[in-house]
Amino acid sequence: MKVTIDGQEIEVEAGTTILQAARMIGGESVPPAMCYYSKLKGSGGKCRCCLVEVAKGSDADPRPMPKLMASCVTGCMDGMEINSKNSDRVREARESVTEFLLINHPLDCPVCDQAGECDLQNLSFEHGKSKTRFIEEKRTFEPEDIGPNIQLHMNRCILCQRCVQVADQLTDNRVHGVMDRGDHANISTCISKAIDNEFSGNMIDVCPVGALTDKTFRFKSRVWFNKPYNAHRECTTPGCCGKTTVWMFGNEIQRVTGRKDEYHEVEEFICNSCRFDHKEVSDWVIEGPREFEKDSVINQNNYTQKLETVNINTEEGILKGRLEDRKKISMNEIDYDEKIDGEKLNSDK
Amino acid sequence: MSKKILLEKINVPGIKTYEVYRREGGYASVEKAIKAMTPDEVVEEVKKSGLRGRGGAGFPAGMKWSFIDKKSGKPRHLVCNADESEPGTFKDRYLMEFLPHLLIEGMITSSFALGANLSYIYIRGEYMWVFKILERAIAEAKAAGWLGKNILGSGYDLELHVHCGAGAYICGEETALIESLEGKRGNPRIKPPFPAVSGLWANPTVVNNVETIASVPWIVNNSGDDYAKIGIGRSTGTKLISASGHVKNPGVYEIELGLTVDEFMNSDEYLGGMYSDRPLKALIPGGSSVPILPADLIYKTTNGEDRLMTYESLSDGGFATGSMLGSGGFIVYDDTACIVRNTWNFSRFYHHESCGQCTPCREGTGWLEKVLWRIENGQGREEDIELLWSIQSKIEGNTICPLGDAASWPVAAAIRHFREEFEYHIRFPEKIKNRNHFVAEPFSQVKHLVTKQTI
Ligand SMILES: Cc1cc2nc3c(=O)[nH]c(=O)nc-3n(C[C@H](O)[C@H](O)[C@H](O)COP(=O)(O)O)c2cc1C
Ligand code: SF4
Ligand code: SF4
Ligand code: FES
Repeated sequence: MKVTIDGQEIEVEAGTTILQAARMIGGESVPPAMCYYSKLKGSGGKCRCCLVEVAKGSDADPRPMPKLMASCVTGCMDGMEINSKNSDRVREARESVTEFLLINHPLDCPVCDQAGECDLQNLSFEHGKSKTRFIEEKRTFEPEDIGPNIQLHMNRCILCQRCVQVADQLTDNRVHGVMDRGDHANISTCISKAIDNEFSGNMIDVCPVGALTDKTFRFKSRVWFNKPYNAHRECTTPGCCGKTTVWMFGNEIQRVTGRKDEYHEVEEFICNSCRFDHKEVSDWVIEGPREFEKDSVINQNNYTQKLETVNINTEEGILKGRLEDRKKISMNEIDYDEKIDGEKLNSDK
Repeated sequence: MSKKILLEKINVPGIKTYEVYRREGGYASVEKAIKAMTPDEVVEEVKKSGLRGRGGAGFPAGMKWSFIDKKSGKPRHLVCNADESEPGTFKDRYLMEFLPHLLIEGMITSSFALGANLSYIYIRGEYMWVFKILERAIAEAKAAGWLGKNILGSGYDLELHVHCGAGAYICGEETALIESLEGKRGNPRIKPPFPAVSGLWANPTVVNNVETIASVPWIVNNSGDDYAKIGIGRSTGTKLISASGHVKNPGVYEIELGLTVDEFMNSDEYLGGMYSDRPLKALIPGGSSVPILPADLIYKTTNGEDRLMTYESLSDGGFATGSMLGSGGFIVYDDTACIVRNTWNFSRFYHHESCGQCTPCREGTGWLEKVLWRIENGQGREEDIELLWSIQSKIEGNTICPLGDAASWPVAAAIRHFREEFEYHIRFPEKIKNRNHFVAEPFSQVKHLVTKQTI
């Protein structure tokens, strides 16, 4: 099947969604996605960030679709033409979804553990406005303890329901889900239970914002001060791949996560034992530094790029400057015959 | 007198009971369909009748039935949508309470047409007493051999259950209803797939409104062609209208589609005119989610013709000048009504009922409510009208299910037609301190304050 996104044509297999096709093309046409997660069945369709304009339905039925479509759950049709970044309607819709997501969001990035890895930060950077039109009081939730491993900060949650899908698909004895409705809807346990099963930690990886964070890592470090390495170990937990990223500060492993692709989606899920219990370097076979896309905040501290050495010659520079300053201040060596452009006063020129 | 086909027998004493209903000719359509017709023939009659879904959207019922996937070999289901939660709409409850066997007869005939062997009536939790009435009626029908195995010796089996929801407006949306029926949280599903392909337990499913299903027996008994003769154009048959608000005779009426709005409002057979004979200010013809009409657009369409009680006439000219027949919740306002308060009240409802699954509806409905609340309580700012307009326009069309549209249309229509009232609220906060500010001083008396200069 042939589809065209922002004028770029690509061949895809039947069953490919518009979002997947856009990801194959890459670049600026890739719609933002907050609730879709390639590794979770039935994800997507909820956040409405990825809306695109279908300017031509297909070769068989070329009519444009009247509404914007959620690209993550809309299948490609042969001959489909899609506008993503090229459409004003789409841009406006993404701006409004961003605005909606931010009205009740606490925006506590300076103290949030997700800062630097947060999809909402990226979304706001791309589509947010600097001014808010929301003057009402933000809605807040009472803190809830959901157990020893994971910190829930409900005020930051955007109800993408990825964590619920993790619980549905990866864990047994699911105890958490969405309670209530509308903007009071919240992620919680039923009722006041601890989330305790071998794969629950994956909820942290799939959470696009800082609503679910790792209790063993909270407040230890900003992520961009950590150096991520791919690592693995022989894990005996059934279903765990044992392949992780370990986040080092000096020689200390501060955090262990699943390995993620460029859309921040894990390659395979890992068990809690790998994630929470193995923090010694000797627990792991370190494969090498993990690479991130160019503009990731994590690259701030990147050591995988080749760096040019810059010679500053501090001492020399200071001394030189001082000499010139001295000259100016003392006025001793000022040549009064010299004009401001360096010409002699009585030159013939 | 308009023709009655649903409520024809409503005044027969004891019509709620099986004996009386049967004696009055009840269940004839089941007999006729099962003994003398094939399922496809029943579908064909419904197609010919032009019957449109009575749950709000008005989609042709016969066409919806013909979409059901018969090739998959999977079991099929008919689900009756008796969730009826639209503010201003209370017709289904009337029908089920007084004519329970009519619905059950419709369910059997329709299930036969669809080849469904397991059907459900999903009823809203607040209708507990109706739930019990239906349970009893089903038991009676079953005892009389109309349900169960091998109905009328034809080899056709049908199980029918009533399922009581927990009382959530969103569970009236057909895919949320299916989720709820499956025992899950009532979140709308993302379409496609449509229920006709993958509905209840991933089986092909048709969801129809109570009134739609209750219309089927008459169609089968009398033929689709006869049904199509009632009404006008593509608005065939009769429609139940639940009327409320400032009218002399509120209640549920069966009208022939095509009646003029004027006659429905003012004749003694129907609403009998305005309560206390006060001036008519506005009308919502189809339940709270459809756009409100101001007085000057109620009786006439854009080209000066009489406005009729039909799908087409009520939606004439789009939302700028029209509205929708919707689910037939006819809400009438006299000049003491405050449009801002009313809009806030609706917004409060949609905010409360949003399932919270998708961003524009979850966040937008809450924002709308908060801004409207401020305006109604004397804390509005000049820019708030534009803000409301902008928020509603960003919800509309961008959500998973039509609840987002239902939340945004009333706000859009209120601003479009009653902008001055919003301005008045914002500019004269001290005047609206009293909760019933327009009762003593209707807006027409203070309108000059905002029309002289605009903000
Ligand atoms: C938020 C929402 C609530 C709804 N509530 C009802 C309802 O209470 N009863 C109903 O029959 N249809 C309701 N509908 C419409 C149904 O989704 C569906 O269109 C209808 O049941 C189809 O039946 P019909 O074709 O017979 O009209 C609702 C739709 C939405 C979006
Ligand atoms: S807690 Fe995180 S993953 Fe779960 S719904 Fe909220 S934002 Fe999504
Ligand atoms: S529009 Fe509202 S009710 Fe419908 S799915 Fe979205 S949040 Fe839920
Ligand atoms: S990513 Fe498509 S709707 Fe959320």
